[in-house]
Amino acid sequence: MSASLLSEAKPLLELICPAGSLPALKAAVDQGADGVYLGLKDNTNARNFAGLNFDAKALAEGIRYAQTRGRKVLMALNTYPQPQTLQRWHAAVDTAAELGVNAIILADPGLMAYARKVHPELRLHLSVQGSATSYEAIAFYRERFAIQRAVLPRVLSLAQVENVIRNTPVEIELFGFGGLCVMVEGRCLLSSYACGDSPNTFGACSPGHAVRWQQTPEGMETRLNGILIDRYADHEKAGYPTLCKGRFAVQGETYYALEEPTSLNSMAMLPEMLKMGIAAIKIEGRQRSPAYVAQVTQVWRAAIDAVKRNAEAFQIQPNWTAQLTKVSEGSMHTLGAYNRPWK
Amino acid sequence: MEMKLTLGPLLYYWSREDTLAFYAEAVDWPVDVVYLGETVCSRRHLLRLPDWLEVAARLRDAGKTVVLSTQTLIESESDLKALRKIVSTAEFAVEANEFGAVRLCAEAGVPFVAGPALNVYSPDTLALLGEAGAMRWLPPVEMPHAMLQAMTVPQGMETELFAYGRLPLAFSARCFTARHYNLQKDDCQFRCIEHPDGLDLKTREGEAFLTLNGIQTQSARIYTLAHRMAEAHDLGVTHLRLSPQARHMGRVVAVFDALRHETLAPMAAATQLQKWIPGEPCDGYWLGRPGLDYAPGESLN
Repeated sequence: MSASLLSEAKPLLELICPAGSLPALKAAVDQGADGVYLGLKDNTNARNFAGLNFDAKALAEGIRYAQTRGRKVLMALNTYPQPQTLQRWHAAVDTAAELGVNAIILADPGLMAYARKVHPELRLHLSVQGSATSYEAIAFYRERFAIQRAVLPRVLSLAQVENVIRNTPVEIELFGFGGLCVMVEGRCLLSSYACGDSPNTFGACSPGHAVRWQQTPEGMETRLNGILIDRYADHEKAGYPTLCKGRFAVQGETYYALEEPTSLNSMAMLPEMLKMGIAAIKIEGRQRSPAYVAQVTQVWRAAIDAVKRNAEAFQIQPNWTAQLTKVSEGSMHTLGAYNRPWK
Repeated sequence: MEMKLTLGPLLYYWSREDTLAFYAEAVDWPVDVVYLGETVCSRRHLLRLPDWLEVAARLRDAGKTVVLSTQTLIESESDLKALRKIVSTAEFAVEANEFGAVRLCAEAGVPFVAGPALNVYSPDTLALLGEAGAMRWLPPVEMPHAMLQAMTVPQGMETELFAYGRLPLAFSARCFTARHYNLQKDDCQFRCIEHPDGLDLKTREGEAFLTLNGIQTQSARIYTLAHRMAEAHDLGVTHLRLSPQARHMGRVVAVFDALRHETLAPMAAATQLQKWIPGEPCDGYWLGRPGLDYAPGESLN
């Protein structure tokens, strides 16, 4: 580890919020996000949904809005470039550099090599889609491409996260709140198995074009490319058919065999996260509305400020929980893998 | 067709006796390369590295090339310790299944196979892996023929294709087998040993969809490219991976062997395989369609 790395003050619990549109970006900045992350309108990022994301003009405006207020813009280029269309990913890196984003978030080593070579001044973050769960894996990207931050997949317990931090000079960013992938990010092909499009190459899981809702005598059915993901009785609220969150039958028992429709909420662990030196907390949800982003950013800003003021006295305020529950998927929260019993 | 057959790493948890019996049989199968080791779950312990090395020695004596496979999801310091031991064995090449293993192999100068979970979709990434010491690579199982055709493969690097077995589709921190039995992962009682082919997951209308194998989720359908071997050969694929299944594996290997020696016609092979495969077949990924599709008559053009 070099002296300069040691002496440089690392950020602590930066709040990084999702921006699927310019209004969402402004909402996040206005409510106190330290940074926002966003993507372009194509499959170069993992939230490739119709009507979402930024063209060059909106991106320039978003960067101006955030940076004049002292906030950062991080651009996700976190799908995997493919041989027939490699140029699209290179052009996206060039756009990010030209418009002056604060960092790009990448998953693919080849794309990191391109960014290092062509834009050596550009700060690189390792995306959660890179599936790096150990300090040895993080060292691979640091030694070769000088990545400065890694976003960890939602699979490690907090004790395991701490062990990673102790053994790497790279800043560690964790997911704090939002939709929960039960699978290791970047290591899940369920969506392409079922309907042809995967997060790795297409930038979306369980994409809208494959979804069908159908009212039947048995109840409301949700299907993905014809595959029955769930069926809801009249008193049940039907959810989006994300395929790992459906009910399936295993040995004659029908249940949420992989994961319940629930959201991650790690707020209770903020004091420990502060103590172990987590550089940033990421809020999931670029596909959500500006109102959602405003609400969640406001609550998390208050929580992070509170824990930084006095970690020992930190307590989750009832109105924070109430506000977050209103906007959560399935209105249920979990600590996810940060807490071992979840596994 | 000059293609080598490989036996992929055993993805399930079998009893020690069954595992050893499987590899004792494999000594006589016409496979050229055998991958050994636990790639799914660090809690599985019936065979430890010294046991695998004994199996490896017997296979090597029988003329097979052995590669030691590493775990796909590294979570703890003890996972890293196990990984370092495999890399430092020095006797055998290593299949690197995440980038920590790539780093350790590159540092130690150990030649390695870039495993299918490394997400190599880009020619730039493949070139990088070549420079780091990869002698062979496996495309992600979802990569279609058209994308593989467009890949630039570095001079001298071999390409191995996943060609038979339930598709390894996803990894999680959560153990779905333990979840099914309402057990904590840390106290799973090794229930996956009761399911040598994994646990079937069906939709609510009874359609076989996925297979639960501990922290791994697989397809319910059996991916097979037997009838498409010539298409793979024409792209420069050098190795075909057959993923161990609990029953009839020797017969499956024999079908692929007959195919590569052209003593069996492709569609006849597909028909023969129907007798031995433990589920419905699929080949959709190769065609650029949903992975679970099966369209044996569909040509690539």
